[in-house]
Order: sequence, then structure tokens, then C-alpha cells
Amino acid sequence: MSQKVLLNAKEVNIILHRLACQLIENHNDFSNTVLIGIQPRGKYLANRLAKMLTEDYKVKNIQLGHLDITFFRDDFRRGEKTLEANTTEINFLVENKNVVFIDDVLYTGRSIRSALTAIQSFGRPNEIELLTLIDRRFSRHLPIQPNYRGRQVDAINKEKVKVNWAENDGEDSVYLINN
Amino acid sequence: MSELSVNHLLGIKYLNSQDIQLIFETADHFKEVINRPIKKVPSLRDITIANLFFENSTRTKLSFELAEKRLSADVINFSASQSSVKKGETLIDTVNNILSMKVDMVVMRHPNPGAGVFLSQHVDASIVNAGDGAHEHPTQALLDSYSIRERLGSVKGKNVVIVGDILHSRVALSNIYALQLQGANVMVCGPKTLLPKHIDKLGVKVETNLRKALNWCDVANMLRVQNERMDISYFPSTREYTQQYGVNKALLNSLDKEITIMHPGPINRGVEITSDVADSDQAIILDQVQNGVAVRMAVIYLLASKIKH
Repeated sequence: MSQKVLLNAKEVNIILHRLACQLIENHNDFSNTVLIGIQPRGKYLANRLAKMLTEDYKVKNIQLGHLDITFFRDDFRRGEKTLEANTTEINFLVENKNVVFIDDVLYTGRSIRSALTAIQSFGRPNEIELLTLIDRRFSRHLPIQPNYRGRQVDAINKEKVKVNWAENDGEDSVYLINN
Repeated sequence: MSELSVNHLLGIKYLNSQDIQLIFETADHFKEVINRPIKKVPSLRDITIANLFFENSTRTKLSFELAEKRLSADVINFSASQSSVKKGETLIDTVNNILSMKVDMVVMRHPNPGAGVFLSQHVDASIVNAGDGAHEHPTQALLDSYSIRERLGSVKGKNVVIVGDILHSRVALSNIYALQLQGANVMVCGPKTLLPKHIDKLGVKVETNLRKALNWCDVANMLRVQNERMDISYFPSTREYTQQYGVNKALLNSLDKEITIMHPGPINRGVEITSDVADSDQAIILDQVQNGVAVRMAVIYLLASKIKH
């Protein structure tokens, strides 16, 4: 197994600030916007962006939720293992809201397809955007593209992109892992 | 641990404590799902489930059917009263006929103990036992434990008394297994005639005095007297049963502590518990019903995920 650093902590931080600013550019005071982190790994990025918007950019009343897509996935019974669910925490309705899905890596697009169905359980959003830290372009199985992307990565299918967060993995970093 | 150790839910006897833990954690997620504005997930859209009820049931059947529909499974219902069983068809023939229509899972209630086990050995589908005679009713025991866990934080170390007609109750046996697996202390309480001989061999305390039992317990699970299963008289009169084994508000207020009251339903108001108890804050009877859907969704989801595509 070999691994290569794609982004270090400093680069991750610069990208997060850029993404936060792009969100402010499009959503102004966030009064009609909700941020939804896609479980399990998108939660960390969503929490980080919400914190940054609140503390560094003084945006008030950021609405943040976490959406689990397990029961909406299209590979139930297709793999060896039982799909294990994570917690969904959405304490508001998304009816007529501008929703921003937040995930760490966009790969085949299937998770986002599931999330698009899952979010309907909480109402009919006005619009849905997608923010992703890493965009593995040329790997898509579905016609889904991000509105905000941190970094585009050209990786072949057997390679894996791993995003680490300080609060969970000890450091902010992105690795390209080759098995 | 992310998978059940069994392919069928035939009884609590065949589960281990990790299975119960997994079912409860999955049920937590489904409980959140059924409190959403849209209470349905598409997981089981390519699974067909047959509900075979060879014995009458209202709430269990409704609860299973709702759980299946909230998981997007296709559901077919069958009641023995309107079927070829009356024309002399055997159980295996009936079920195989239904399975030849490509059914993946069978939820069955049957008056004979062991019907689910028998079926699981002869047909190629996941079987969920929804009650077999006076033997087991595993999903009821799971939802009872789940409700205790929700109310009191955990089941471990709690004192639980099961009161009433233990002899004819499948809920009692499944509850004893489930509670013991999770480390609770279990007592049964009722008139001697309604306590099975040798029940103490299961490791439960036996008590015939209701007041003593209630003073000991944290939770009392009140069972219904199953008149329909009684071929002889087990006690002199309903009035006398109520005097000895009925719970009323005055009795609860006279105890040293506040205990939790459960009932699997249907309630005979004024017999095993009075209305003021059934409708009080101490009773979690309607929580049990709501949790029943979430727990059954978890059981069906986990079993279905083991059916090969």
C-alpha cells in the first residue's frame, strides 16, 4: 500500500475558507438556507463549515443538520454486509428552503442520489446545491456535479481518497491511497 | 457486530445479547424515521412479505403490516378463517403455494407451538414468528424490553415482574428470555393455577402475593387473562381475580416507589388494571405500541438484509 498527501492541514484550511466565502456570496445571511452534512463522513465538513461561518464570518443563525442515507441506498442486499445506519438529526423542515448538501468526497454520485430522495422526507426544498471537498471527476455513475468543490482529483478506480479531520482522525489532511 | 446471528426470528431463545443490541440500535434509527413528516424509506422495495395469520390478531398484524409498508416492502395478507386451511390443506402446502408466487419473507402467527421452527426447516424463506401458541412471541418481548430501555435508560439490573396468566402466555416466556439475556431480574406473579410447574427452573422468582411483587419491582408487565385458551376454571371468578391480582391506583400509591406499568394489550379494563392506571403517566402502554412498529421494522430490515439478491 502506498499513499500520497493530496492536501495538508494548511491547504485544507485555505480551501475551507474559500468554500465558506463562496457560500456567503450565494446565500447572503443564510436566512432561507440550511446546511445538511451527509452521514457518516460529510458531518465533519458540515460542522467545520458551520463553525467557520459563525465564528470567523459572523453569520448568525446557521441551520445545520445531518442526514443519514442508509435506508435510501440502492445497494441494499447487494454487498456482503448489512448496511449499518447512522443518526439523522434534522430538527427543522426543509420546505421551501435552499438546501446545501455537504460531503467530503464525491465519487460515483450514488450517495448524493440517495440523499436527494432521503431529504424529501423532510419537505420539498426550494433548491438543492452540493458542496464537496474532493471531486473525483471521471468516476461518476450518475449525472451529478457539485456546485462548490474544494479540489478536483483524477484518481483511478482502485485508488481511494481518504479525508481526515482533526476532531476524529488527529489531523486535517487528504490522502490518495493506492492498495 | 453488524449482522444478526440468525436467518429467522423464531424465538428469543435463538438470539444472543448482541443480536438484541443490534435490533435496538437499528430500531432507534427507525423510530426517528417514523416521526418524520414522511414516514417511509425505500429499503425493501424489492422484497415481498406474506403475513400469515392462522389465529386472530389485530394489533400485531397491523403493527407488522405498517412496519413492512414503511420499509416499502410489498405485502400480502392471509387469514386462516378465509382460506383453504379449512378445506384440509397442510401448513407446508399452504406456505409453499404462497412462496411459489415469489415471496421472500413470511410473518406467521399460528396456534401450535413450534409452527415457525417447523416451517423454517421446510421452506425457503425468512420466517418471523408473530406468536406460536403459548410458546413464544419474540417481537412483543423485544418491544417490551425496548420500551423499558427507553423509559429507564437500560434493562440491565432492573427488576421486572410479569403478572397474571403466565400459563397460557407466549409473551411471558419470550419476555423471560429477553430480559434475562439483557441482565434483568425477572419475577412471575399470579394465582398458583396460572403459574406453570417448574417455571422456577428458568431462573425466575415466583411470587403469589401481588403487593410483595410490586414492592420488589421497577417494572410490572400486566398480562391479560386468556379466557379463550382456558378449558377449565383456573380461579373462582373474575371478581376474585381482580381483587387478588388487579392493579389499581390506590395500590400503586401505597407502594414505596413509583413503578412503570406495561401491558401487551388488549387490556381488559377493570380486570388486570383499572382505567386510572392504564391512562396514568406511570403506564407506557401506548409507547409500547409505537415502539412496536420501530422494533418490527428493525427486525424485518436486518433479516431482509441477509436474503441473497
